[in-house]
Amino acid sequence: MKNILVLMAHPKLEHSKVIANLLASISDLENVQITDLYERYPDFNIDVQREQETLFGADIIIWMHPLYWYAAPPLLKHWMDLVLEYNWAYGHNGIYLKGKYLFNAISTGGSPDAYSDKGHHGYPLKEFLLPYKQTANLCNMTYLPPFHVAGTHNISFHSLQKDALDFKSLILHLRDKKDLENLLKLNFLNDFNQQ
Amino acid sequence: MENGFLFQAIIYLSAAVVCVPLAKKVGMGSVLGYLLAGIIIGPYIFGFIGEEGEDIMHFAEFGVVMMLFLIGLELEPSKLWKMRQMITKVGLSQVLLTTLIFFGFLYFIGTGWRQSLAISTSLALSSTAITLQSLKEKDQMNTAAGRNSFAVLLMQDIAVIPILAILPLIALAASSDVDMEQMSPISQFPGWLQTILVFGAVILIVVAGRYVIIPMLSLVAKTRLRELFVGGALLVVLGIAFLMEMVGLSPALGTFLGGVVLANSQFKHELESDLEPFKGLLLGLFFIAVGASINFGLISENALMVFAIALSVLLIKSLVLFGIGKVNKISTDQNLIFALGLSQVGEFAFVTFSFATELHIMNAKTTEIFMAVTAISMTFTPLLLLFNERLLLPYIGTKEKDDKPHDEMDETNKVILAGFSNYGSTVGRFLRANGIKATILDNDSDRVDLLRKMGFEVYYGDVTRVDLLEMAGAGEAKILISAIRNPETNYRLVSLVKKHFPNLELMVRAKDKKEAIELKELEVSHVYIQNLESAVKLGKDVLVKLGFRAHTVHVLGQNFIKYDEDSLEELVKVKHDKNAFISTMKKSIEMQENLLSFELNKRFSINDHAWDSETQRKDQEKNKE
Repeated sequence: MKNILVLMAHPKLEHSKVIANLLASISDLENVQITDLYERYPDFNIDVQREQETLFGADIIIWMHPLYWYAAPPLLKHWMDLVLEYNWAYGHNGIYLKGKYLFNAISTGGSPDAYSDKGHHGYPLKEFLLPYKQTANLCNMTYLPPFHVAGTHNISFHSLQKDALDFKSLILHLRDKKDLENLLKLNFLNDFNQQ
Repeated sequence: MENGFLFQAIIYLSAAVVCVPLAKKVGMGSVLGYLLAGIIIGPYIFGFIGEEGEDIMHFAEFGVVMMLFLIGLELEPSKLWKMRQMITKVGLSQVLLTTLIFFGFLYFIGTGWRQSLAISTSLALSSTAITLQSLKEKDQMNTAAGRNSFAVLLMQDIAVIPILAILPLIALAASSDVDMEQMSPISQFPGWLQTILVFGAVILIVVAGRYVIIPMLSLVAKTRLRELFVGGALLVVLGIAFLMEMVGLSPALGTFLGGVVLANSQFKHELESDLEPFKGLLLGLFFIAVGASINFGLISENALMVFAIALSVLLIKSLVLFGIGKVNKISTDQNLIFALGLSQVGEFAFVTFSFATELHIMNAKTTEIFMAVTAISMTFTPLLLLFNERLLLPYIGTKEKDDKPHDEMDETNKVILAGFSNYGSTVGRFLRANGIKATILDNDSDRVDLLRKMGFEVYYGDVTRVDLLEMAGAGEAKILISAIRNPETNYRLVSLVKKHFPNLELMVRAKDKKEAIELKELEVSHVYIQNLESAVKLGKDVLVKLGFRAHTVHVLGQNFIKYDEDSLEELVKVKHDKNAFISTMKKSIEMQENLLSFELNKRFSINDHAWDSETQRKDQEKNKE
């Protein structure tokens, strides 16, 4: 069984539907650890050593957040700035994240087609996530496709339930299956069991 | 010798000390304990007391007077107004319907109307002590059953007044009773003057309450002598009682009125907690006297009848309550708790029965029987509730949670704030700005006055007394904030809360590091050293003025506070050894200095490697070589 670390960044979780539901679906799972960044560091004063220690113990790291202005909320960026230190996460001696898996679990407001060449935002979601992908590469991690819940403004209860269940089974799959390489071929991890 | 005061006192007190805890242990409540004590020392078992029981009764009736004062204190007009709908719909209909049914029945079987009225009104009342205690124990106060029961009990408290007022009138209507009038010192005056005097006395209480009693209590409170305040409280009650006797009204009525007048004052909680023990003991004495006067010969002759009456009273009362609950759309589960919980006859019936006997409304035999009925119905309540919980409820639908939205009734605030000085007021204002209304306790009467004028709910009292905390809702509250300046008071409060309300979370202000350590040793996890943040903020601003970048200073300040808190934990661990404490204290200062100078020299704190490109630059140079 692999260890999963979910780094969740939502500045107003009490108003969240999607992230809160995804989170609830995995909150009691064995070997799944959740860090609620805005709850732990309301003053942005991140305990770097503590974060690095947790990070080191994880096999799969998930950045879970809503997408604001095509990026994660500022605390997650701040976390990246501080925790992914030179000569720890990357650089000549930065070997501590090597071989781990990383992906983003994201909620967005617009419809699913908004993130496409012809859509409202002009590019597929994957292209917006390039900085995260390259961060993973620089730290010698394997970057997996994102898990994406779109249309959060008008999402139906039923559809949200389904997403939460999908997310839970994805987490279980990641935790329990040895070989994760074929997930790389997917566009979205949402489709992991359709391969 | 045997009849000496000391001997008597010892008999009464030891009977109470033995019987009341026993009764409580088996879940019967203190009233039954006192009754039991009376029965045991009474003529039918040990015979320690006999004739003098009557005199004791007269003395103990003062407990009833105090009880009514306290009931009056509880009845804040604004609270009553908020609950008016529930009180009238549920409470009033219960009192009227039940009285009417009992009255009709008694009258029909040929009991005289005077006796029927006295008995039926008494039977309509339920036991506040028993009902509230069981609701609280089961955490049902905020359920539909709890709120409705509370409304009924409130209405019954109010109903006590007309009942007490009516009894002498029906006695007078019996006309043979001329002594009544002669008892009053003003009876030598003509009728119209008497009426004026009576009204005058009532008005006097209302006016004096506001303009004499409250200023007097403020004055007394300023001396900060607790016993003087108790004395003042007793003086108020005795004074009103005396005034009422002068004009020939019931002292109980007068003190009730006095209580209502003072219910809105800042001294409400303090008065309550000061008079509570007196009331408790005197009422206890009263119930002992009642117990001692029960005629067991008579009851055993009529045992079957007594039990039959008790059971039918329970049945009728709960049916009426259930019906009212049904009409007011209480769900069946809740309704059963409501109806059975209030089905007993209350302790107040003992008062009205003995009062009615004195007034010759009821004959001795009837009184005996109905006192026994009352006691039996009270004894049955815990059994009935148990029966309901174990056997009835599991079969009637699923157990519902209270699903009605909470209505206007005042719920106990979840936060208690002790101490409303500058520090406490900042905490209180911040909480209130965000919709959290804390119950505030403070012991400076001037400040309490001021804050009340500004619309805060502040009560006056010594926070290190369990009964006051209890009244402020410490039993149900979630958090107690102690913003008290005085370390000793703080320490006492914390130990008290730890002992009596172990579930209450404590968040405590500490004057300095030393006090913080003492509090930590009492296992208080949330301790706030009062000037730490403000001092660091000042220091940060200085650094900025001296040219440091603001964000860097911000991080330095955060780290410094965190370091300070961590070092406190370290100090607690080693404090057991006095010498060790001093040396660590020194070491801690050294460490603080080291930390500071390290941070100053480094400019960027340990956290900020990410933005410090120095190492990367050096590495790149190395690679080039």
